[in-house]
Amino acid sequence: MAPAKKRNVSSVKTAEKSAKKAKVDLSKTVERILESRKHANDVFDILESLQAEQEKEVISAVAACSELFCALLERKELFLGKLPGEEDALSGGYSAEDKYRIFMRHRYTSCVEILLEHLSHEQYDIKESAMCCLMKFAAGEGLHPLEDLDWSEHYSFPRELIQALVDNLLSKATDNSLLISRFQEFLEMEDVRYYVMSSIRDNVGKVMDKSKGAVVPVYQNNVFTLMSSISMPNQESELTNFMVKQEGFLNAIRSSATQEHKRVFERMWLGFLKYKLPNSMYKKVLVILHDSILPYMSKPTLMIDFLTAAYEIGGAISLLALNGLFVLIHQHNLDYPDFYKKLYNLLEPSVFHVKYRARFFHLANVFLSSSHLPVYLVAAFAKRLARLALTAPPTALLIVLPFIYNLIRRHPSCRVLIHKPSAEDEPFEDPYLTDEEDPAQCRALESSLWEIKSLQKHYHPDVAKAALLINTPLSEQEDDISETLEVTTYELMEKDLKQPEIKSVPLEFETATRLLKGGGDVLGQHFCLA
Amino acid sequence: MGKAPKKRSLADKVRKTKTTSEIKNNPFEVKINRKKFDVLGRKSKHDVGLPGVSRSKAVNKRKETLLKEYKQKNRCSKFIDRRFGEYDTKMAPEDKILQRFTMERQRVHEKKDVYNLNEEEELTHYGQSLAEMEKFNDVVNSDDESEEKGLLSAELTASHFGGGGGLLRKKALGEEEEGGQRAKSRQELIEELIQKSKQEKRERQVQREEAQELTEKLDQDWKNIQSLMVKKTPKADKQEEKPKLEEYDMMVRELGFEMKAQPSEKMKTPEELAKEEREKLQKLEADRLRRMMGEEVVEGAQSQIHFSADDLNDGFVLDKHDKKTLAYQDGKWNMGEEEEEEEEDEAEDEEGEGESSEEQESDAEEDKVEEEEEEEEEEEEEEGSGEDDGHSDLESEQESENEEEEEASPKPKKTLSKEEVKAQQEAAKAELPYTFAAPESYNDLKDMLRGHTSDNQRLIVARTQKSNHPSLAVGNKLKLQKLFGFLLEYIGELATRSPPELSTIDKLIPEVYALCQMFPDAACKAMQSILGDAAHSMEETLEVKGHAAFPTLDMLIYLKVTALLFPTSDFRHPVTTPALLFISQALTKCPVRSLQDLTSGLVLCSLGVEYVSFSKRFLPELINFLVGTLHLAVQDKASLGYIVVPPFRASGKYSDLLVLSSSESCRSWSKKSLPLSATQQLDLENNPDRDTHRLTCLSTCLDLVKRCCLLYKDLPSFTHIFQPIRTLLSKHLSTQTLPLQELSSEIVEAISSMPVTQSALVFDKRKPIPLKLLTPKIVEVLDYGKKRGSTREEREKERLKHKYKREFKGALREIRKDSRFLAREKLNEVMNRCGYNSS
Repeated sequence: MAPAKKRNVSSVKTAEKSAKKAKVDLSKTVERILESRKHANDVFDILESLQAEQEKEVISAVAACSELFCALLERKELFLGKLPGEEDALSGGYSAEDKYRIFMRHRYTSCVEILLEHLSHEQYDIKESAMCCLMKFAAGEGLHPLEDLDWSEHYSFPRELIQALVDNLLSKATDNSLLISRFQEFLEMEDVRYYVMSSIRDNVGKVMDKSKGAVVPVYQNNVFTLMSSISMPNQESELTNFMVKQEGFLNAIRSSATQEHKRVFERMWLGFLKYKLPNSMYKKVLVILHDSILPYMSKPTLMIDFLTAAYEIGGAISLLALNGLFVLIHQHNLDYPDFYKKLYNLLEPSVFHVKYRARFFHLANVFLSSSHLPVYLVAAFAKRLARLALTAPPTALLIVLPFIYNLIRRHPSCRVLIHKPSAEDEPFEDPYLTDEEDPAQCRALESSLWEIKSLQKHYHPDVAKAALLINTPLSEQEDDISETLEVTTYELMEKDLKQPEIKSVPLEFETATRLLKGGGDVLGQHFCLA
Repeated sequence: MGKAPKKRSLADKVRKTKTTSEIKNNPFEVKINRKKFDVLGRKSKHDVGLPGVSRSKAVNKRKETLLKEYKQKNRCSKFIDRRFGEYDTKMAPEDKILQRFTMERQRVHEKKDVYNLNEEEELTHYGQSLAEMEKFNDVVNSDDESEEKGLLSAELTASHFGGGGGLLRKKALGEEEEGGQRAKSRQELIEELIQKSKQEKRERQVQREEAQELTEKLDQDWKNIQSLMVKKTPKADKQEEKPKLEEYDMMVRELGFEMKAQPSEKMKTPEELAKEEREKLQKLEADRLRRMMGEEVVEGAQSQIHFSADDLNDGFVLDKHDKKTLAYQDGKWNMGEEEEEEEEDEAEDEEGEGESSEEQESDAEEDKVEEEEEEEEEEEEEEGSGEDDGHSDLESEQESENEEEEEASPKPKKTLSKEEVKAQQEAAKAELPYTFAAPESYNDLKDMLRGHTSDNQRLIVARTQKSNHPSLAVGNKLKLQKLFGFLLEYIGELATRSPPELSTIDKLIPEVYALCQMFPDAACKAMQSILGDAAHSMEETLEVKGHAAFPTLDMLIYLKVTALLFPTSDFRHPVTTPALLFISQALTKCPVRSLQDLTSGLVLCSLGVEYVSFSKRFLPELINFLVGTLHLAVQDKASLGYIVVPPFRASGKYSDLLVLSSSESCRSWSKKSLPLSATQQLDLENNPDRDTHRLTCLSTCLDLVKRCCLLYKDLPSFTHIFQPIRTLLSKHLSTQTLPLQELSSEIVEAISSMPVTQSALVFDKRKPIPLKLLTPKIVEVLDYGKKRGSTREEREKERLKHKYKREFKGALREIRKDSRFLAREKLNEVMNRCGYNSS
């Protein structure tokens, strides 16, 4: 054997030849190694090119590695059981066969290490191929375990490998979302998902404890991406897709697989959410909370702490927390004190401008649809919304006006807000207290909805028409606000722009002479042409 | 046979032998139905009945039907005649035969003669080929004579029926044709008829159009020639081509019109003119108000009708309103330096015998020509402004004088001015040609306008517009409509250049307005597409980023142009409503991150105020933005006492944009209007400059606030709308900015002087629903004998019930008679069997 020499020659070769040639070369090397043990030392060539500079070379080396070691795993030519040190192996009384296996096992370990390092490489292609290769190894190890035990009764899963993979995936420095979305493919498999979830939990615990409560945005973002890409199975019968094709998995997690899955899932999320999150992360979590987290938890009520904390934050986050709270209140019998009071205080001018406006009004509509609410509360909501409507854009007004009308329709005793014949003659000051936080104390019932009266002069014809409805008794039928929830300004514009047949367009009859003239000369007074 | 049948047959015989009149005259046969009243004019069918006759009829009928059925009872075998139409009583026997014949033919034809192209149908008689019969006849003829008699009779019959058969066939052929036509059915016929009439209509239309085109062409030719002719009336014999008579006719008519037109021109005094103008404006104003209230348009609100001083008020209107603006334009730019050129042009023309045909078309010429032109051209003239007409009148007078002079002594004048005029003319030519082809594309327009001063650019556009007036050629309308689009695009480009060439835009505005008045629909479309595109791109950025950049200067200019072209006060308008939405969208979604942004925002606010200044509509975004702007000037952001609305934030990176760097700068500051270009780039190096800009912005903002106060003072929620502004001005901004102190205190005063009390809301008073009246309803009955007091349906129901009852009774009677008849028959049968009747 002349490994050193050969290695030199081949390294020179790889350096000289193009990437394609190297690929052919590598696959030949793999073939040689697999053919006879004589060429075992060629494995160093592969490992060397695995650490090369060129992207293509690395990728082909990764492919070669995966081919080689998968084959070796299959042939059981890797040493099983506790691995002795390399020097020990040479000196110890092992047979030649064992020595070869120990040698190969060592190469395998170093290969895995290199690949794990590659997971934080800056080239995405390398990251991806390294990850895929590692998953292949994991599958191979699952089928042909490296532990020296009797496998007929036990279930083996390469947990260490998965744990290491997850640790590297959840980088603290770089955003791995692309890689994670690639990883999602493997999460389809039940056992992988299961072990990944527990690995995530361990990892989060470790990392966050180390950071001592401070937010680690990139890391948390990675964790969130990975966790949100986990899609839970819906029914037990679906548990059919395994990476390691063994019945042992179901035995290993003892009780019902779905239950166990749910438990791990729940522990993972709770483990993540118990630490302090950046505000944007709150929003992200809350957006998906109600339909991809809560249904898969074994005890959804455990989320209450997180939700209450989020609800207290205020602003858009509170709006989003409403959704989760609603699920808990509605389906899990949660009792939330002062819920309506808090909801009332959520109503600020900004609710009309945030992105989640549609969601908020949908939920608010649901919350206020109960006919058992006290009149003062409904009146307070109506008055508050009307007051806020004075600053709202037309799209929001088209939601909020029917919303108020619906409130009045559901609670006919609120009709005094728009019809108070007893106090018709004497004018009085608006008794409503804007700054009062308690809806019971805000004296909304004594007031009238003058705001809507003002909106009758709104510039948009649809809004003005909607506001005009308070001049006459409201119809019995409730307005369906769900259609108007998602209307954008552009769609509103299109209504006028895309009018099919305009009989004749009215024109301005005052002759235009100058650019800045006309319309009360407001522009001309403050601005000049040059 | 039996007794009864005998009797009956006897009765039948009697009935048959006797004629109806005989029966009717027999008093024993007749039963008279006595009437209770004689009603005049009523004809009754049933005053006389013939019971015997009707009974025997009934019996006979029963024999035909019921008896047969009875005899067939319990018998299974039946003879069914399957020939076509055998049981169809509705078919005439001839039809039946015909149908059977055609079916027979078809059957034969289908089988054999599908590919038989050349052979006509074989003529047959009694199913035998006539040709063969001929041959056969020979053979038969040669047969023995014993059968001659029979043959003869056969032939006889053959010839007898043959004739009939021939006839039949002929008829069949005829009917087949008819049938072929009838197969088309009534509907098809009607369709054909409609199609025909449509085609005729189209043809007529085409004809008319052609005629019109020809007339137009003729008119134009005439116009060209006439100008020559007018100047060269003495040399009228030079006029070629046209037949003398027509020319003469035209001249006569022309003269007639001139005579008529003269007094009408003098009719209107300036006072009258002013009055008319005022009335027109009043009408338009009323129309505007109506639209503002969002009332339904009664009829397609017509674009304004411009009455000129020459309007005869005789109701003569040609429905081409789009022309008047041209004339108006005329009036505008005929004045001033232009005129000189034109006059010189004319002079030159007079002398130089129409040197260039191009110049013939020049507008000045046109004006002059119009004067003398016949009726059709008059409407153009009609729309010219008074000024213009006065001017051209003068011209024409001068001209005629000139002509006279020319005739008298043409030479000296010519020599006097010729060189001078030529020189000037050339200079003018070097400057600008008088006609322009309408640009086919935007680039054409750009090429056309490139390198000209803004005044000249305007002239070019005006001349393009004039030389392509829709009345001059067929495709011109489309060309000008396109020109409008290109002009808008050009304006946009001018605004995006750096530095923006706003003064050119300013100059172009009248042209744009004129074109818009000509083609409101096209203008509307063009503006809508610009707004739609801008809004769409903004929406897209909003979806991606959540916020957008302020619209660029070209968009601001477009918005302003929109306000100039279209009424902003309409309740709903296809252009201004989206434009307002765009403004509001920009004011709510574009975060203010620099002084430029703020300037853009303030321009938008000013536009917003302009848009709503007449209708006084509430624009919440405007107030929000103004509050936000004032908030930017607050130094101490703690304990605000008001809420700022997005896109502004209570605190943050850009929330101190308007805070002055030093209070010193207030001293030296004086109000100056900001350039519009400040929305695009603003280079303020040092703090004092920046402070000046800030102060200007603030003062603009405060002025806008003041205007808003005035606009919205009638809104019931005025105090709540302006509460943040009041807090801001009185608490946070009261201590600083001395020069603006006055303005802000004014505003605060205005806000606090508004009444804070309102009366509670009540529904609109409705007309009370009247109580139900209990007095009986008295209806005067005018038509006796008709069922009353019920609706149509009830009456119909009643009628049907009555009919049913009658039918039921009739049916019952018939059934009874049937069973009686049957019983009698059965009895007869039994008696026959037993031999009672045999004796």
